[in-house]
Amino acid sequence: MALTPEQKATIEAAALRVRRDTVRMVHAATCGHPGGPLGMADFMATLFLQHLRLDASNKGAPDRDRFVLGNGHTCAGYYSLLAQKGLVPEDELLRFRKFGSPLQGHPHRNLDLGIDFSTGSLGNSVSVAVGMALAAKLNGWDTRVYSASSDGESQEGQIWEAATAAAHHGATNLTVLVDFNNVQIDGYMRDVMDVRDLRAKYEAFGWHAVDVDGHDVEAIDAALCEARDETSRPSALICHTTIGKGVSFMENQPGWHGVAPGDDDARKALVELGVADADAVAMVAASSAT
Amino acid sequence: MSTPPDLAPLRGTTDAQKVATRNAYGEALLELGASRDDIVVLDADLSGSTKTKAFGKAHPDRFFNIGVAEANMIGIAAGMAAQGKVAFASSFAMFATGKAFEQIRQSVCVPELNVKVCATHAGLTVGEDGKSHQMLEDITLMRVLPHMTVLVPADAVEARQCVLAAAELDGPVYVRLSRASTPVVFSDDYRFQLGKAALLREGADLAIVACGVTVAAALEAAETLAADGIQARVLDMATIKPLDEDAIARAARECGAILTAEEHQVNGGLGDAVAQAVARTHPAPVEMCGMHDEFGQSGTGGELLAHYGLDGDGIAARAKALLERKSGAVAAEAR
Repeated sequence: MALTPEQKATIEAAALRVRRDTVRMVHAATCGHPGGPLGMADFMATLFLQHLRLDASNKGAPDRDRFVLGNGHTCAGYYSLLAQKGLVPEDELLRFRKFGSPLQGHPHRNLDLGIDFSTGSLGNSVSVAVGMALAAKLNGWDTRVYSASSDGESQEGQIWEAATAAAHHGATNLTVLVDFNNVQIDGYMRDVMDVRDLRAKYEAFGWHAVDVDGHDVEAIDAALCEARDETSRPSALICHTTIGKGVSFMENQPGWHGVAPGDDDARKALVELGVADADAVAMVAASSAT
Repeated sequence: MSTPPDLAPLRGTTDAQKVATRNAYGEALLELGASRDDIVVLDADLSGSTKTKAFGKAHPDRFFNIGVAEANMIGIAAGMAAQGKVAFASSFAMFATGKAFEQIRQSVCVPELNVKVCATHAGLTVGEDGKSHQMLEDITLMRVLPHMTVLVPADAVEARQCVLAAAELDGPVYVRLSRASTPVVFSDDYRFQLGKAALLREGADLAIVACGVTVAAALEAAETLAADGIQARVLDMATIKPLDEDAIARAARECGAILTAEEHQVNGGLGDAVAQAVARTHPAPVEMCGMHDEFGQSGTGGELLAHYGLDGDGIAARAKALLERKSGAVAAEAR
């Protein structure tokens, strides 16, 4: 079923909110990773609003869907979505990365907030997601397990150990969304270590794998539906994105992978994301005060 | 002050029965598999050697061979534990803790999950395979991890009970197991208590604190010492973490000298753990039998234990050197 215009608008609004929250949260933290969550916002919002069965009412249900953020450094956007789904208190967002906040610099498992697993060390996540998927099948649960990964994370060998095991043991209820933005912390991925054609690689490992425009919510939704209907193989969506998407001076810039915007850049970014100038000034002042 | 513990029930010294602790692990898994359906077992292409294969035959739906990919095995086990399973993951100690250390830290100990890393072929007694396979650093690696419980059973009787206790405990556990058939020390009515040292022999001249296969050697050393009029207390420290500091403090106070024995590096191993507890509770001279900052080599397990001073004679000799320190006759040798 294609997205209705209302569904599409809701997802796009959530993605915009992810981008604004990301800028505000990383600015308030004075450190962190803004580029990744800006790039992932569209496919993450599509997943969280349209597919992932996780909200405040079912968070304790053992057979609900699961999500593992493999590229854990992009968690600002993840926390924004958990807040939008009523799992993370709104007033925690600007305490991201601060002492005493459950919104740690990289995700720490907290089922009450809907954070299903501790991540941050690249390469470990797909294995964990495979284990979750296989255990769910063993229990006869109708659970889907989703994991976000990235082109940079695909340089870790364990990803491919996990891909091998997922196909071999039949983790058909697993979908991995790979953020393919061609940028990693040391520079452009093709210069650092080119991972080449990830769709072909996953396919060779026995997966259902598709390339998708990671900013086209209708295409992402269709690919997620197809993955849900795929009953014989695990699925990988190679989501082609632009790091920093929505903030012109951050787009496709490796320098914004892991650097927080200062007051001026934060205000400019919020204005580019449709915030009125006076509101942007107030937001920057508010997050500077945290 | 708490009452001193009773002596643990031992087999007679003439009983020469030898069983590998890995065999007891395989049998304990079968027991657990039959009584609990939340138990899953993972292996990394060594199920014949680690003895998980029998569980795989009995419960093929709950057994996952992950192939030669130990890091992935630990990650998958963690994912299963996050879904409510109690996941036993096995390989040789070298690979289970060496290759997968980071995954054990990040995916098991940080989220405090019910993964039981049961590693076989630990220590020198793996023998002929040599230094690449003689894991002598696993106790160190596992005991420094927050939330990790570390168990090193002395024999097959204790190994079975350690595995059952690991299944009961909520949280990560490391169980160190051996390839070699080693003497069965305990009689069948022995009851392992997690976090408690087992008192195997009373004595007040010195205390020998051992774990794993060196427990039998420590008992042998105590016999030898007794012939010379030296009464050694022998403690089996099967729980390395949480360490029974009360038993160590009592030994330091009542015996005045402590000797540790392990087929493992003393750096970070049982020796370090005991020395830390002695220094903190009741300072007394400590000597350590074990690997002193070196790797092993090929040979039979017996040859290697003798060469590195971990058989009965080696432990007895070190005990006598320690008694000279205790008496104040000599200072500790600098290494």
